[in-house]
Formats: sequence, structure tokens, C-alpha cells
Amino acid sequence: MTASSAAAMRRRWRQPSVLPGFGLTFGLSLGWLTLIVLIPLATIFLKSAGMGWDQFVAVGLSDRALAAYRLSFGTAAAAGLVNAVFGLLVAWVLVRYTFPGQRIIGAIVDLPFALPTAVAGIALTALYSPSGWVGRFLDPLGIKVAFTPIGITVALVFIGLPFVVRSVEPVLADLGNDVEEAAATLGATRLQTFRRVIFPAIAPALLTGFALAFARGVGEYGSVIFISGNMPGRTEIAPLLIVTQLEQYNYDGATAIATVMMLVSFAILLALNVVQAAGRHRYGA
Amino acid sequence: MRRSTTESRALQIVLIAIALLFLAFFLALPLIAVFGEALKAGFGPFLDAVTAPDALSAIKLTLLIAAISVPLNLVFGVAASWAITKFQFRGKSLLISMIDLPFSVSPVVSGLIFVLLFGASGWVGPWLAEHDLKIIFAVPGIVLATVFITFPFVARELIPLMMEQGKDEEEAAISLGASGWQTFRHVTLPNIRWGLLYGVLLCNARAMGEFGAVSVVSGHIRGETNTMPLHVEILYNEYDFVGAFAVASLLAGLALVTLIAKTVLEWRFNLHGSARH
Repeated sequence: MTASSAAAMRRRWRQPSVLPGFGLTFGLSLGWLTLIVLIPLATIFLKSAGMGWDQFVAVGLSDRALAAYRLSFGTAAAAGLVNAVFGLLVAWVLVRYTFPGQRIIGAIVDLPFALPTAVAGIALTALYSPSGWVGRFLDPLGIKVAFTPIGITVALVFIGLPFVVRSVEPVLADLGNDVEEAAATLGATRLQTFRRVIFPAIAPALLTGFALAFARGVGEYGSVIFISGNMPGRTEIAPLLIVTQLEQYNYDGATAIATVMMLVSFAILLALNVVQAAGRHRYGA
Repeated sequence: MRRSTTESRALQIVLIAIALLFLAFFLALPLIAVFGEALKAGFGPFLDAVTAPDALSAIKLTLLIAAISVPLNLVFGVAASWAITKFQFRGKSLLISMIDLPFSVSPVVSGLIFVLLFGASGWVGPWLAEHDLKIIFAVPGIVLATVFITFPFVARELIPLMMEQGKDEEEAAISLGASGWQTFRHVTLPNIRWGLLYGVLLCNARAMGEFGAVSVVSGHIRGETNTMPLHVEILYNEYDFVGAFAVASLLAGLALVTLIAKTVLEWRFNLHGSARH
């Protein structure tokens, strides 16, 4: 290869710039990324690939594991839906209306990002256990929250809310008034305008928020294990099952469950991405 | 007069009320519960719980872990943001997605991968045992898991900010003869300092509060590998609820400080931005 063609290849890979430091910063970030993230993550897949199908199925697809996946993915989806509805409402209220204490409310939405998950877990359990602050009023009505899938969903609603609000908020704020005015001029009711004009514009952001909250919910551990009760087959989430396997020194089992979880998560996130791309295409936004 | 592009005030009030009620139940009440349960038995037991030797050693370890992992990810975050926002190269979006990977992995799996690598029966485990090095069930393992978990925070905060700012100012500085380091210190850093500070705050909050990943690699040795969130779990499982909530309230205090700092920074951001343009 001649020097000029090598230089041409370099140019194609990276456009020339007068700014210095590309080699240093790019090398540093790629090296650090490889060392801390890529190599460790690869061990999961290498380990499951080396384990043999029968062994993989024995734990990774056992009845107990299947029940755990159903629970984790089901509660994460339920919590994601609750958050899609209420997160949109919160974002709407914060962007469109004015009310006293708005700034504080806007700040507190980020609480689940900042509050350690174990703290959230014991706090929610203190609220929703049968003798808890809220639970004591629900218990006589026959509603059990703590130590049931409802409790897990409550914890995941807490964890996922800011993802939806923070995804929808900027899009809602950037949405120009002109299209809504046009819709109103043409005689649309407010509800029609929302359904036909506003919702299609914010739907991709809403879906992103849902996907982020869902992905976080599937893997969530700290806030769930206190409120869930951890009964195998009933309220045992998949991440907890991984920990249980690890405590029994069954590394193969833990890896198999982790692999199934990650593959299903990636598949769902990919599907949501495809839906979103199709939506973007349709609405041309 | 009612404007046609907004809702009636009555409907607004109903929607605001529903939103606030939802936030009160799901966000405010848990926060109040932490402090309420911590101070249930009065201030004395609270103080006893947070000054117990095990609690103090957990606080010390948590501070140490954050003091190691936050600077590491600060350097990485700035370097990655510089490479990504100031240059055009192929595979950039792949690099950005890879930086986000730790966000999409369960904390428990984040701990598991380091056990698979460095644990007793892990890949590097036998070699480590031979050389009398301990990573899993020791402080280095907790640091590794924490660095992994908090990996994207600083970069995530800086990339959109620096993307928006472009590179005109840096190019001007370079063409006027400034060195790369001078350009970064005097041109880039003043522009990104608030975003950087916020990224560091978030990174720090997560580093101090991480539970799942740390729980897998720590081994829960009291006084040695017990961080504050793990100590909360131990006390809670021993039915020492006042103790658990007392330590938890310190972490909740950290979360509140982070949120307040964020709000103040955002306010300064806007002020800064509008003053410049």
C-alpha cells in the first residue's frame, strides 16, 4: 500500500480537523471502554457459549427461571405503561401550565435517579406493608401491595418515572404553537388536536421513555427485593434468581439466566426501535 | 377569554391535581417515610445508629469508593466527549451506544461479570490466588463494579452539551496559536463546567448509592467490604428498622443535596446561556 492511499483511508475514517488531541482522547476512551465494559460483558456470552446446551437449559429455562422472567418482564411492562400515562401527564403539566411550587416539583421528578435503590426499597416497603403508612388503609379493603407482583410494579413505577418525564418534556416544550393554532382554526376540538396533532408528535419520545423505563425495570434489583417477598415461582424476580444461584456457587446457572435476560431485553429494545423508526417514517418527523 | 390552544382553567386544575397526587404518592411519600422512620424513636437512637462502628466503617468505605471511581470516570467522560464532539469519524454512533451499555445491563449482571472474571473459579481467579491478590469480596471488586455502573454518567451529560456548542471557539483558539491544553482549559472548560459538575454529582450519587452490583461482588464482610447501601440491607434484615432507616436517611440526604445542586445549576445554566446570546 502506498503512503497516499493509506492517508486516503485515514481521511475516509476520520475527517481532518485543526483541533488536537484526537489520538489521545479517542484512544483513552476506547481503551477504558474495552477494559471496563466490553471485556467484562463479553465474559457472559463466552461463558454461556462454552457451557453446553443441556446445562444452559437446565437452569436458564427451568420452570423457576421462566416464572422469574415472566414476572420481571411483566411487571416492568406494567410499570412502563403506568409511567407512560402518568409521566406524560406530569410532563404536560410541567411544560404547559403554571402553578405554585412548579420548580420544586420539576426538581423532585429526578429523585429516583438520585435516591439509592435500597433506600427506595425499604421506604416503599415501610409504606405498603400491611401495617405500613399506606398499607394499613389498603389491607382492610383486601388490597395487598407489598409481597405481591403489585408491590414490585409500584417499585418499578418509582424507578422508571423520570425516564418518561425527561424524554417527553423537551419534545413537548419544542412543539410549536402554530400547528395547534392551525388545528383550532380549522375547527378541531381540543381533544381532536391532542389526538391528531400533539400525540403523534410526542409519540416517539414517549416510546423512548417507555423503553428506557422498561429496560431499567427488567434489571432492577435494590428497590424490588425488599417489597417483593421473594417467594420462588411467585414473587421472585430474575435478577434475584441470579443472586440466589451465585450464593449457591452455581456460576453456570447465574450466567445462563443473565444471558436469557439480556437477549430478551435486547430483542425487545430492538423491536421498539424498529417501531419507532417506522413511526418516524410515517409522520416524516 | 379562553384561548383555543389551551385547556380551560378548570381542566388544568384537575390535571395538575392528578399529577401532583401521583407524585406525592410515588415520590414524596417514600422520601418522607425514610426520615420519618429514621427519627421514629427520637434523635438519640438515630445518632447511635449512624455512629455505630459498623456504620462508620460503611460510611468510610462508601466515601473511599466514590473518591476512586468518580475521578476515573470524570477523566474518561471528558476524553470521550472531546473525541466524540470535536471530531468526525466513522463508528461514532456505535461508540456512543457502547458507552451507554452499562445503563441497559442489570446491576446484578454488572456484578456477575466481575465475579466470572476475578472470582475464585473465574478466568483470572487462579492466577490472582497464586499471587495472593484479592479482587472479589474485597475493595478492588467493589471499585470495579462501581466504575462499570457509573461509566456513562459524565459522558452522557457532556456529549449533548458539547455537541450543541460546536467547535468554532476551539478552532479560533488553535488558529490564534493556543496549545491544545490551553484551548481546553481556557475555552472548553469554562463552557462546560456546570454540565460537568452536574455529571459528576450524578455519578457520585450513583457511586455512593449503588446496591445490586456491589452486593454481588462485596461478600458483605462487616467492617471490611460493607458499603452504606449494603449496611442498610443488613440492618433491615436484622429487623433493626431504626438503624436501617437512619443510615438510609444519610443516603437520602445525599440524594436531596444532589437534586438541589441540580436545580441551582440549571438555573445558572439558563442565566449563563441567555447572558451569552
